[in-house]
Amino acid sequence: MQIFVASVGIAGPGLDGWTASRPILAGTAAHRMAPTSRSIPDILSAAERRRSSQSARLAITAAQEALRAGDLRGDEIATVFASSDGDGDITQEICESLAGPARDVSPTSFHNSVYNAPAGYWSIATGSRLASTSVCAYDVSFAAGLIEAATYATVEHQPVMFIACDLPFPFPLNTIRPVEHSFAAALLVTPTARNASLMRWKISLEPHRAATAFPACLPESLRSNPAARCLPLLALLARNQRATIVLEYSDSSDLVVLCEPGT
Amino acid sequence: MMTALTVTAMATANPLGYGLSSTWDALRKDRHGLRPNDFEDAAIKTWIGRVEGLEAEPITGALADFDCRNNRLALVGLRQDGFEQAVALARGKYGPDRIGVLIGTTTSGILETELAYRRRTPSGELLPLTVRYRQTQNLFSVSEVVRRHLGLQGPVASISTACSSSAKVFASASRWMAVGLCDAVVVGGVDSLCFMTLYGFASLGLLSESPCRPCDRDRNGLSIGEAAGFMLLERRDDREGDLHLLGYGESSDAHHMSTPHPEGMGAALAMERALDRAEMKPIDIDYVNLHGTGTPANDLAEDHAIWKTFGGRTPCSSTKGRTGHTLGAAGITEAILAGLCLRHGFIPGTLHTTRLDPQLQSRVTLASEYRPLRSVMSNSFGFGGNNCSLILGKRT
Repeated sequence: MQIFVASVGIAGPGLDGWTASRPILAGTAAHRMAPTSRSIPDILSAAERRRSSQSARLAITAAQEALRAGDLRGDEIATVFASSDGDGDITQEICESLAGPARDVSPTSFHNSVYNAPAGYWSIATGSRLASTSVCAYDVSFAAGLIEAATYATVEHQPVMFIACDLPFPFPLNTIRPVEHSFAAALLVTPTARNASLMRWKISLEPHRAATAFPACLPESLRSNPAARCLPLLALLARNQRATIVLEYSDSSDLVVLCEPGT
Repeated sequence: MMTALTVTAMATANPLGYGLSSTWDALRKDRHGLRPNDFEDAAIKTWIGRVEGLEAEPITGALADFDCRNNRLALVGLRQDGFEQAVALARGKYGPDRIGVLIGTTTSGILETELAYRRRTPSGELLPLTVRYRQTQNLFSVSEVVRRHLGLQGPVASISTACSSSAKVFASASRWMAVGLCDAVVVGGVDSLCFMTLYGFASLGLLSESPCRPCDRDRNGLSIGEAAGFMLLERRDDREGDLHLLGYGESSDAHHMSTPHPEGMGAALAMERALDRAEMKPIDIDYVNLHGTGTPANDLAEDHAIWKTFGGRTPCSSTKGRTGHTLGAAGITEAILAGLCLRHGFIPGTLHTTRLDPQLQSRVTLASEYRPLRSVMSNSFGFGGNNCSLILGKRT
């Protein structure tokens, strides 16, 4: 199957938006480590800005950038959201409450604890009543999400905002599931070519071969973040080159993306 | 129009019992599976739908690392109704790499982590062996354990869209098959009792102190349940009595994180999209299995949506007074109940409900009745405003 990448959003350590990150990913500017921006996306209403969790804000920061870089309205775009670990701060807060004497779970934390909370806030922000699917596949959640987004766009003939997002757990869960840095990326993909398509991606599952190396221009520590596994693809988008990217997928197959630059 | 997919096998473990025949037996005799909350030491006055015997079903052998309540429930479910044998046949026919796995869950094995937090060291650390994160808490663990147990190697993912999770698996599976990623898919849903959902729904004031009474004038909340359910979806020539997935419809409310759109706008869209995809009219649907959780707002919003889509002619009921709300397993559990209803020509009544809410306009059935059915719609709506409607039936 094939999809077209219309626009990109990114929020990571020293990767503050696509415009600023593109030369870094293309290898023409050096990466400088800085904490991931914790800005609250202005596409959220005042109430949702207050209520939303850190994972929702991060995911929507990336999605908002991709939306504004494209020429499609938010309400004509379906959503696919992928994450391995959801919102670790919320998990921590609820598990601590449940281990305490009162077992008071905050109602806001409980509704923020659902895995699809970022996608829910996104649909409220954009007014999109189209389908929204949230997928998890542990370390390969990005690849699983890309399959979901590509099959959705292909079969339903609709554009898809595909958002991948993972954040570190706080102590003590971070000792059991070590993820460094907060990272989110958003790809607005369409089933057919549009005027400003950045790339065409042909996507297939194939028997194992050597996976594409993580971009050398980025710190090794970012590899621990499952959502950051998209970075070989984003680096290629930044360089606008033709190449085949291989992402690890399962014990029996890899996700192979044949990338062709747009015109 | 989508290519109808054939349900070639199904299996369930739910509060009504293990397997299809005990589930059907409870269904036709109007026997429910709820009981006063006796889950661990959760001191909440509510009723729960608990699956018996999981405590005595540890996972051993190669998959022992996956042992937790949720994965035990998954494997108990897989062992029912000849499901493993049906998958083995499909594996021989298509090859293990051509069969996908898509499982819906909302809390996976979080119970393990909840209990580990009670046993933290004085400095706050978790004891290293108390949490096997990947094999228990992570949402993918249930899909991994199902795939490995069944010896499959095709595409795999967990879907987690709150209470629509295991309805959404049908939509994604249908797409996977449409683009040729695989020739068959094991779809399912597994969610198990844990403290997070009991105390979380209690914090929102959404738990009933008595067995839930969907659509009742005095309904006051839901009863939480747990379940595992699976279906094997294939494309094959029609045989007498075959059950098919005829359509699915997905939508978002774009309204609020934890309360439905008051006019049921998103719910109505999901139903309309399912009908469109199946190329069916509302009159073609013989029965609607409601999401019907028993909270005042949910049932009212769904009623608006049903009225808008079907008017007052189509019989509707909620089976959540029988199983409880099994959250991420609700979609598959109710798809399986819909399958039993189609097979036996049976419309289940809405148990525990005695006085229908006069505000509701749709035709909610309180008493069970036998009536031939060709097509059934099943609704599942979740937090985040995530909606999915399925149409199951015989091919026309």
